Amino acid sequence: MAAMTGLPVLASSLAAQQPQPINRPAVQFPIVGPRGTPTDPDLLHPKKDWPRKLTPGELATLAVLVDTIIPADAKSPSASAVGVPAWINEYVSAPYDGQMRDLIRVRGGLVWLNVESGKRFGKTFARLTADERTRICDDICYLPKARPEFQSAARFFDLVRDLTAVGFYTTDAGMRDLQYIGNMALPKFAGPPPEVLKHLGLA
Amino acid sequence: MFLQNPKSQTTYDVIVVGSGAGGGMAAYQLAVAGLKVLVLEAGRNYDPVRETPMFKLPREAPLRAGGTRDKPFGFYDATVDGGWEVPGEPYTQAPGTEFRWWRSRMMGGRTNHWGRISLRQGPYDFKPKSRDGLGADWPITYQDLAPYYDKTEMLIGVYGGDDDLENTPGSPPGVLQPAPAPRATELLAKKGCTPLNIPVIPAHLAIMTTRQDASSLPRKLHPGNRLAQRVLAQSMRSRQACFWATPCGWGCSIKANFQSTTVLIPPALATGNCDIVADAMVREVTVDNSGRANGVSYVDKLTRRDRHVSAKVVVLAASACETARILLNSKSSAFPNGLSNSSGLVGKYLMDTVGAGLQGQIPALENCPPHNTDGASGMHMYMPWWLYQQQLAGQLGFARGYHIEFGGGRGMPGGGIFGGLENFTNGSYGKRFKEDARRYYGSFMFFDGRGEMIPNEDSYCEIDPDVVDQWGIPVLRFHWKWSEHETRQAAHMLKTFSEIIQSMGGKVVGGRVETDGARAIARGGQIIHEVGTCRMGTDAQSSVLNQWCQSWDIKNLFVTDGAPFVSNADKNPTLSILALAWRTTDRLVEELKRGNL
Repeated sequence: MAAMTGLPVLASSLAAQQPQPINRPAVQFPIVGPRGTPTDPDLLHPKKDWPRKLTPGELATLAVLVDTIIPADAKSPSASAVGVPAWINEYVSAPYDGQMRDLIRVRGGLVWLNVESGKRFGKTFARLTADERTRICDDICYLPKARPEFQSAARFFDLVRDLTAVGFYTTDAGMRDLQYIGNMALPKFAGPPPEVLKHLGLA
Repeated sequence: MFLQNPKSQTTYDVIVVGSGAGGGMAAYQLAVAGLKVLVLEAGRNYDPVRETPMFKLPREAPLRAGGTRDKPFGFYDATVDGGWEVPGEPYTQAPGTEFRWWRSRMMGGRTNHWGRISLRQGPYDFKPKSRDGLGADWPITYQDLAPYYDKTEMLIGVYGGDDDLENTPGSPPGVLQPAPAPRATELLAKKGCTPLNIPVIPAHLAIMTTRQDASSLPRKLHPGNRLAQRVLAQSMRSRQACFWATPCGWGCSIKANFQSTTVLIPPALATGNCDIVADAMVREVTVDNSGRANGVSYVDKLTRRDRHVSAKVVVLAASACETARILLNSKSSAFPNGLSNSSGLVGKYLMDTVGAGLQGQIPALENCPPHNTDGASGMHMYMPWWLYQQQLAGQLGFARGYHIEFGGGRGMPGGGIFGGLENFTNGSYGKRFKEDARRYYGSFMFFDGRGEMIPNEDSYCEIDPDVVDQWGIPVLRFHWKWSEHETRQAAHMLKTFSEIIQSMGGKVVGGRVETDGARAIARGGQIIHEVGTCRMGTDAQSSVLNQWCQSWDIKNLFVTDGAPFVSNADKNPTLSILALAWRTTDRLVEELKRGNL
């Protein structure tokens, strides 16, 4: 592009009266785009490619646990059916301080589960009946009420329940289960429909 | 145009440091005024139209798009190369200080990921000291800035209602776009606030609910300027109205919200008068022997080489703390304390917003019929400060007010969903967990206060004597202290939110409401509204800049970011930064034409 002077006259005759289509930028930005570093990742093509750390045995135990937390029912599948164990593996394998601490908690907790199952029922956790699993999980499902000897196991259970919920409800099946409606282009934002106003006592 | 290196044969009229709110506005206004402008941006070039991950789902992103040290606001957040830490660019804190400094190194800066909340400062906010004896007065009044608020709102597109309350100015008819319909959660909160006499009114956000009238607005905003009218009309026609999906913090590829990169930079470039160099880390403003600014030295981050570029006028808009840093680092034998610092006040009176928040679980929202609540990503309604009279009468124990932002409900499931649910369900799992999830989903709401801090002598930034960053530039050291005006305000916020939640029939999440304001208040810098480091004033001893944001010491040096602010009202600063930048550049152009610079 040449001289800076006289540009308004030149430009206005060039631009003429052509209407600009929507989304065509008036000036071409040079394509720089993301550099693909951790602080400047490609948002359109996300990568989750760090090495996964959990062993097949751990994942098998985890699958039974996450299905105990979120089982299949009439409305939606179980956690393992929508890939939650692989999600948890992604999470605890991530190269950040918080996740690395959680890896230790998850690994230790999975060992604890098998030790406890062995003590109580002479089997691994994966081999327990539903009723036997319930007896162990009831002791560790609520930290404020867990006995002292179950406190750290209760923290483990709490973590796995949180991760299971995130992993499950961010899937399409999970979003359908909750009946999340959104993430779609609308010409207008309508306020809440009448049945919502009625439900809330605002009608 | 975009350049790797500035044209060496060109002497620019103006160099603008920074491409965010103030820098973008300065670049646009100066370019349409016919001046030759060079913008230097520390971050990389960034194009929201091409780069925004519209409609992307959490499950597609690592860690379900949750925040990490690399992307603290989430994977899809627009911030590039920044956050609380910028690789290779540390900052330090004095012992006993807890200050967090958010920086985004990208074209358009923090306007790419900000919350779009656009509230005008009111008449009280320009003369706080005259009103209650604390802090300092601005050298201008609300009436001085009001025409620029009008023009800025029309330029960038802001939605809002027609409320005009005490110190909460409305806009003239036809300026704002219609606010979107309130969500169910917002109507419920409004009902809960009625017995508490807390007003709940449409919020003002820089998000377009209708397309702009490109055939009439450009003429209105730039009468007699055909260049401006042409590029602005072109720009306005390229922007779509919001289609109610994808959080604004990710950017917007249809240009429905305000970001410098989609609203100010493109028309600036379209004039042909504006050059931009990205990856340019400015170190200092240079002066000639007569004490006038004559250009800027910066590090080309791609080659790591030092460069200098000349101009007749320099505008700093690097963000409040970075601008102070540049001035303090512009040392010479003539100016041993840095540039524009004869008052010794550069870096002083740093302010941020008072923040505290609470969450509530609202049983009325359980099992709500499913419906789309995405809306405009930000709030459609908010609560402006309502206790002016009681406060002035000394009944509250703190001197300044806050507004309330709130939200929640049936949003997109993401990282953190159902965290803490066990406290409502006695730790349910299994079939019961699924049933509890369905019941409680959408029934959580949050309330956040955003309040005014009074400038104090203990909150400021200075150059660290020991530490330099990877570009060889000495870094900032922060000093920070909250006063009791702020901590008591924070405690009041939580008390208020607890009352609102109870009035809605709900329970505070976590049970206990913190009464110790010092524990409730967010850390300095955490609300990311730093302003005040080069304050305006009526004389050169008690301020850095005059009422035109022009340096008292260096006539051809102006500042157009948040540094000139004299107070940090309970109104998010960006709209005021934009309006003030427009006013400042109008003056700059006049003065340049008169030969006074």
